[in-house]
Amino acid sequence: MTTELPFPGLRDVPTTDEPQNRKDYTSDQEVRWCPGCGDYAVLAAVQGFLPELHLKRENVVFVSGIGCSSRFPYYLDTYGMHSIHGRAPSIATGLATSRPDLSVFVVTGDGDALSIGGNHLIHALRRNVNMTILLFNNRIYGLTKGQYSPTSEVGKVTKSTPSGSIDHPFNPVSLALGAEASFVARTIDSDRKHLTAVLSAAAAHRGTSFVEIYQNCPIFNDGAFDAIKGRETASDALIPLVHGEPIRFGVDGARGLVRGPSGGVAVALVEEVGEDALLVHDAHDPDPSQAFAISRLTAADYLSQAPIGIFRQVDRPTYDDRARDQVSAAAAAVTGDPSTRLAGLISGGDTWTVA
Amino acid sequence: MSSQPKQRKQLDRVIIRFAGDSGDGMQLTGDRFTQETAAFGNDLVTLPNFPAEIRAPQGTIPGVSSFQVHFADHDILTAGDSPDVLVAMNPAALKANVGDLAAGATIIVDTHDFSARNLVKAGYDVNPLDLLGDANDPLGAFQVQPVDLTGMTVEAVKEFGLSRKDAARAKNMFALGLLSWMYGRPIEPTITFLDKRFAKVPDIRDANITALKTGWNFGETTETFTVQYEVKPAAMAPGTYRNITGNLALSYGLVAAGVRSGLPVFLGSYPITPASDILHELSKHKAFGVTTFQAEDEIAGIGAAIGASFGGALGVTTTSGPGIALKGEAIGLAVMTELPLLVVNVQRGGPSTGLPTKTEQSDLLQAMFGRNGEAPVPIVAPQSPGDCFAAAVEAARIAITYRTPVMLLSDGYLANGSEPWRVPSVDDLPLIDPDFAVAPSEDAAAAFAPYSRDPETLARPWAIPGTPGLEHRIGGLEKGDGHGNISYEPANHDLMVRTRQAKVDAIAKSLPPLEVDDPSGAARVLVIGWGSTYGPIGAGVRRVRKAGYRVAQVHLRHLNPFPSDLGDILKRYDRVLVPEMNLGQLSLLLRGRYLVDAQGYNQVRGLPLKAAELADAIGALVADAEGIEVDLTPAREEEQS
Repeated sequence: MTTELPFPGLRDVPTTDEPQNRKDYTSDQEVRWCPGCGDYAVLAAVQGFLPELHLKRENVVFVSGIGCSSRFPYYLDTYGMHSIHGRAPSIATGLATSRPDLSVFVVTGDGDALSIGGNHLIHALRRNVNMTILLFNNRIYGLTKGQYSPTSEVGKVTKSTPSGSIDHPFNPVSLALGAEASFVARTIDSDRKHLTAVLSAAAAHRGTSFVEIYQNCPIFNDGAFDAIKGRETASDALIPLVHGEPIRFGVDGARGLVRGPSGGVAVALVEEVGEDALLVHDAHDPDPSQAFAISRLTAADYLSQAPIGIFRQVDRPTYDDRARDQVSAAAAAVTGDPSTRLAGLISGGDTWTVA
Repeated sequence: MSSQPKQRKQLDRVIIRFAGDSGDGMQLTGDRFTQETAAFGNDLVTLPNFPAEIRAPQGTIPGVSSFQVHFADHDILTAGDSPDVLVAMNPAALKANVGDLAAGATIIVDTHDFSARNLVKAGYDVNPLDLLGDANDPLGAFQVQPVDLTGMTVEAVKEFGLSRKDAARAKNMFALGLLSWMYGRPIEPTITFLDKRFAKVPDIRDANITALKTGWNFGETTETFTVQYEVKPAAMAPGTYRNITGNLALSYGLVAAGVRSGLPVFLGSYPITPASDILHELSKHKAFGVTTFQAEDEIAGIGAAIGASFGGALGVTTTSGPGIALKGEAIGLAVMTELPLLVVNVQRGGPSTGLPTKTEQSDLLQAMFGRNGEAPVPIVAPQSPGDCFAAAVEAARIAITYRTPVMLLSDGYLANGSEPWRVPSVDDLPLIDPDFAVAPSEDAAAAFAPYSRDPETLARPWAIPGTPGLEHRIGGLEKGDGHGNISYEPANHDLMVRTRQAKVDAIAKSLPPLEVDDPSGAARVLVIGWGSTYGPIGAGVRRVRKAGYRVAQVHLRHLNPFPSDLGDILKRYDRVLVPEMNLGQLSLLLRGRYLVDAQGYNQVRGLPLKAAELADAIGALVADAEGIEVDLTPAREEEQS
């Protein structure tokens, strides 16, 4: 999972030769997440990988919505905005479109991005604005103290669903692929190496990068990801996706993905189907069908199996590049200073003169 | 057809209303007549009126679209209360508009469309044209001119081989030609316009031009029309003029604000009537560094504008009342983050979806208070279509100087109505200094304080991403004074709430004194208004004065904060009348703020106030205040609105 330099997503962002380290990206604000919160691990990973990008720190911006994870910008010594519930992608769209020299990150959660802000998320993805969206998915509302979220499993008993949730949840990766996102990935708070690699690739991508991060909430939804984190279960539950390689997992690589009935994919034992039957992961496939099929391996109920890695990474023109191209082409087509042109504009049309 | 010598009559003012089916091209006809009239040099005011449906059922009353133009040889303020001439293209247009006519008005009808079917659709049991001259003629009070506009148009454009339907479509140009002849308007500008508009379809172009010319010639040669009227050009201040609608002037004002501040303009907007034309217009001006973003919804429109402002652009969002309702939380965010932002509300009839294409002023209190918490937002309101330009520049000045969202309250009448506008000199427009915070010197020990304040304006520094050394975080949570980090301190919150209010209040210091129009200096009644009621109030006040009575007028451009001298001015008068197209929103603010017994004059009919009715209300108040009899008959006889 390597991305060639220079990162296309950061093409116009000024860099520095001055050495940077994690401390440069650490603000003076006390981190106030609950002990054991998965957000700490993500923050550490971000503070760890940002210096490696060698960007000018003043050209990095984090925009967040509302929720536990949305406190993220306060803890990074970059520019940041902790905005309002669900709207971070729209704010980041305006910022990224008007400022190509910024590296723009959106930090959001499952409630923020998929419930109140669902509309902004899908439209950001289809437009492909150059930004990186980190969706912290803990499958619960934490900041409002424990109501079910749009990714909670059916039957979940919470304060607002004492008889069990009856809402069918979203699969965030399926949703992003359905919105034709150009970069879709999933990673886990507890796997620092994987997290860092996915985040780097996401930042490097030009367009909207969508990264779902499974993140444990120890207070209101502890253990939601135990099956993919447990020493004994993880190996069979986690399906790592590596571009160009056969999709193989499990103890001793005993399992793999094969083409399933009805166009889907299925898990098979390698010794039964043979190595040649395994699907080779192609994140660059312009057709998102296989990526979508792989995303369906994560069931809507309690998490027991999850593909992780980059599902899809394709080149598609970005909204902000095109918007700026139109503006600069129009500006290049005219002559004269703005004041003279303004005088011409407002006195255009049918005019008459009174002496 | 032998042509009779025509009479020529001099008039000082005329009100014409073109009315027809939504698909009959009445807006275009009215607009062209207006352009011809503007080019001729009359003063003018227009009032387009059209249904929200794009094509309401043909021939029905809900489908009627009209365009009224009032032009004169002197300075006028309104589109006029009742038309002197009604052009009715079908029975529904006649029925929907005849009630607005005064006795003696002229009605020109297209007889072709008075078919049995259309009469039924309009609700006529009997064709009123069959009763002309009868004892029970329902149109007996008017001069009715039945003309087969459609038939003559089809005949005239035969040579171009169009389908009957396409040929008949040119009837609006025939009507325009006829009216242009009647009032001595030049048709050359319209010929040039048609040339350009239909350049790609020569047969349609030629048919329209032919219909236009045939209409003119018909007036010249027919015996039906014996009088040609003349309305001389109005005396106007020297300068270059153009006719302009409010939405166009507002768009140009936003472009000008970008040029005069040196900031790129970023518009985030979602289509909504009657504001969409601003989005359309600004999308044409990319060469000025204007970016337009058609968002997925109203909230994303303002969100993107806030993001752009954070990045150092002039963020703008345009909408109407329902959109403001959706943007409320985001406006609050801009209040809290203290970022420059323009929020344009082209008001329409409410509540809810209300009357999308009709005008109203009922969003003033929404602009003042429509957010959670103490969230003061400055409010600027233009008073005429052309004034939308200067109001937009003023709103930008306040937004940028004071780092605050500003509400610009236009309305449907200003948006679509038009008037001659004296084009200002660019050099005379205010220069707006964004005054971005700059990087601290290397040895500056003190940490950057994003919520420190300018002692004069109380504005905080605008430190945009990309500026080294000024990295900081802002957001919707309460900010600590100075340092700007999250603060839940009780005393700090109290201080910050008061400081945000004080910052908005401080804007009043930058406002010029109000202009009180009180020629006698002895009036006891003050009429005060805001926004698009400027025209009807001015016209009503003129009538009262013309009849020999005293009345003062003041009109507010700034609704928040109020100008510093407003309280003293209000106290100088015994009676204060507040005409508004709402149920008394400015009245409420004036009463609450100044303990003045402001009386409302309120109508919510989706139309501008009528000057004559307003004059009666002013007259009654003058009678009451001065203990005299007031008789406005002399003014009514020599009507000058």
